[in-house]
Amino acid sequence: MRVRHFGVVAAALAVAGMGISGCAAKKNTTVVDKAKDGKKIVIGVKYDQPAIGMKTPNGVEGFDIDVAKYIAKKLGVKKDSDIEFKEARSANRETFLQNGTVDMVIASYSITPERLPKVTFGGPYVVTHQDLMVRANDNSITSLQSLKGKKLCAVSGSNSWKNITEGTNKLKQKIAAVTVPAQGYEECITKLKGGSVDAVSTDATILGGFAVREGSAVKVVNAPFTDEKYGVGLKKGDTKTCNAVNDAIKSMYSDGTAKQVWEKWFAKANLPFDATVPTPQGCS
Amino acid sequence: MSEAVSTVTETEPAPTRARKRQSSVLFDAPGPKARMRHNILTLISAIVILAIIYVVIARLDKEGQLQGRLWKPFIKGSTWSDYIFPGIGGTLKAALAGAVLALLFGVVFGLGRMSDHRWVRIPAGAVVEFFRAIPLLILIFFVFSGPPTIANALNREFPQVTAFTALVISLMLYNGSVLAEIFRAGINAVPRGQSEAAYAIGLRKSGVMRLILIPQATTAMMPAIVSQLVVLLKDSALGWIISYEDLLNTGYRQIPTQYGNLIPAAIVIALIYIAMNLALSYLATWLEKRSRRSRKTSAKVLATTPGAGMSGGIMPAP
Amino acid sequence: MNWNVLLDFSPLADNSDKLLSAFWATIRISVTVGILSLVIGTLITAMRVSPIRVLRVAGAFYVNTLRNTPLTLVLLFCSLGLSDTLKFRISGTPSINFFWLAVFGMSVYTAAFVAESLRAGINTVPMGQAEAARAIGLTFTQSLRMVIMPQAFRSVIAPLGSVMIAMIKNTTVVLVASYYEAASLMKDMFEQYGATLPIFIGFAVGFMCLTLPTGFFFNWLAKRMAVVR
Repeated sequence: MRVRHFGVVAAALAVAGMGISGCAAKKNTTVVDKAKDGKKIVIGVKYDQPAIGMKTPNGVEGFDIDVAKYIAKKLGVKKDSDIEFKEARSANRETFLQNGTVDMVIASYSITPERLPKVTFGGPYVVTHQDLMVRANDNSITSLQSLKGKKLCAVSGSNSWKNITEGTNKLKQKIAAVTVPAQGYEECITKLKGGSVDAVSTDATILGGFAVREGSAVKVVNAPFTDEKYGVGLKKGDTKTCNAVNDAIKSMYSDGTAKQVWEKWFAKANLPFDATVPTPQGCS
Repeated sequence: MSEAVSTVTETEPAPTRARKRQSSVLFDAPGPKARMRHNILTLISAIVILAIIYVVIARLDKEGQLQGRLWKPFIKGSTWSDYIFPGIGGTLKAALAGAVLALLFGVVFGLGRMSDHRWVRIPAGAVVEFFRAIPLLILIFFVFSGPPTIANALNREFPQVTAFTALVISLMLYNGSVLAEIFRAGINAVPRGQSEAAYAIGLRKSGVMRLILIPQATTAMMPAIVSQLVVLLKDSALGWIISYEDLLNTGYRQIPTQYGNLIPAAIVIALIYIAMNLALSYLATWLEKRSRRSRKTSAKVLATTPGAGMSGGIMPAP
Repeated sequence: MNWNVLLDFSPLADNSDKLLSAFWATIRISVTVGILSLVIGTLITAMRVSPIRVLRVAGAFYVNTLRNTPLTLVLLFCSLGLSDTLKFRISGTPSINFFWLAVFGMSVYTAAFVAESLRAGINTVPMGQAEAARAIGLTFTQSLRMVIMPQAFRSVIAPLGSVMIAMIKNTTVVLVASYYEAASLMKDMFEQYGATLPIFIGFAVGFMCLTLPTGFFFNWLAKRMAVVR
């Protein structure tokens, strides 16, 4: 009886699936058209990364937020109230783009070969590196190799810890660190301070933001092991918006906004600004 | 399935209840010797409990969690207006939408399962059993990211599934299936004589259902329904995992991010959840008492199952 | 058109080793929590029916607090609060530490429901039984241990079974407590292969393989052990 029940369920779900396929064929409204039509643009950003994207009582603020506002304006959005920010966590970014929860993702979103088939990337708007953060009094971790046997925070949906354990780093070395699963970087910092993990790995910009906030409790190791190109995530195939985003980024660097915004957020973390315009990924 | 939702034993006769005040099933009203012993045991257990409380507080203090500055945000109006109230709003919104849809789902599938037609009964039963047997969390994951992936692969446009939609639909499917079983048990709890009498006076099946069985069953199953709604309210906290902005998200993630006060935040948020759930539970108890007194039904009142309050508090049909 | 999202079960086959170890993790945590929650739940029940008022109040406080707090919060508190902020750690090895913290969180939560079921069970034991026990001179602990609890346990096997089934399903929530089990694997596979129907069906069937037999077992046990009155 049970088996038969299950068969029916499988069939029912399959029928439901086909029902979905019966929906209207793809519409071709691009984000840039939406912006020009004066519709609201929803941008996925981080809510829990100081200096990058952080929800505060005054709204969301950070480097990504300022970049997002600049790009949105260049795409044709007229006023700030037409930009809506939504939280996009690392694990949700692809889903959010695919299912239309957000129009754009500007959330420390690195352009990687694995993501390219699923996402169209405008930009990169900035290039940074992945680095390590440890407790301030911990001198045993100075390089990637010294992570061996140490506890490393593994954020679900992030690639940084995989770069270390699976060898996709500049040293091309697999480091046998002990991974501790976590749902977000905020959780990692709590675990780092509490001693449940020994190191947190991610982009220097993100680590810098946390380091500024946490003060003397933690430090950035300064052992960059990848290049991270932050892109503007768009729904796969939206090349029109992608090209418009690339133009916006070019003008952001030429009119000095890029430098000004960078220094506003990262000067305190001693992160130097790179004035060369990042080479666009190319829209596809 | 008769044991699925246990029916409550008859109300105890008055004298037993009166006696219960001084003694319980297990012990007599204590004599002088026993009273002495109880006093000593009271003292010992009080000391043990105080010791536990002391250890907890000492630990909190040692890790600096009792500092005023960590608690201060909770007496600031802006913390409540920017984080906690929107969070409560998010939780209640999801729970309310989920509850309404789950009730509808439960009625449809509960009745569907009792249909005279095989082709209605079996699919309805299969759906109910399937959603009751799987964890809510994996259902949430799938409802959230499944449809867009599938539509995308089939080259079709699919309306967005927001965290809210995914949460509400999952709550509906899961709790609706549990409610369907409660409805079925409720209808079955109405004595057979009632429907037989109704048929005898010439009512058709729909009439028997609508005029005789459902009104009586509703009274009987009210408490069980409300306690399932408590479950639903608590389950809405799973929205945290797909970053739905509920009380847990604003209170336990955003506030500590801002003020670094994880432990105080956990305590305050837990208290709010407990208050919300207790309010609902009291409603359940009150309804149960009222409907047990009620003479409007010949059905035995369905208990708020002891296991209820835990997701899916009733047994799957054997 | 790509029908793989509806029909391709190969991701499950390709990862059968991971699937087995993830479900093994689920089984391990379920069994441990099952045993511990029964023990804690029984103790709490004993407190709640004891002649000592302080213990009764403490037991009621425990049950009402845990029953009305979302499990997600309980588990988050165990991992982020107990382990990471209060530095209450069971082991230096993260996988062991977080396993036991998850077990702790799940057990104290589930115990509240076990206690509720047991107390309801005690109420079904006829007054006469307790009176007879007292009449032949048994003390509170003796009558509880030898007369009341055995009968109460038998009458609550079915409700306890539903608590245990709910507990097995609830183990998915331990993913917020840094412990890797089946739900975490499903999430990772969704990321790797996309959220396809076959993956979901695979995990759903996996959980049904755990919950349905548990249900049958408890129903069988309840029938077998039923107290004839």
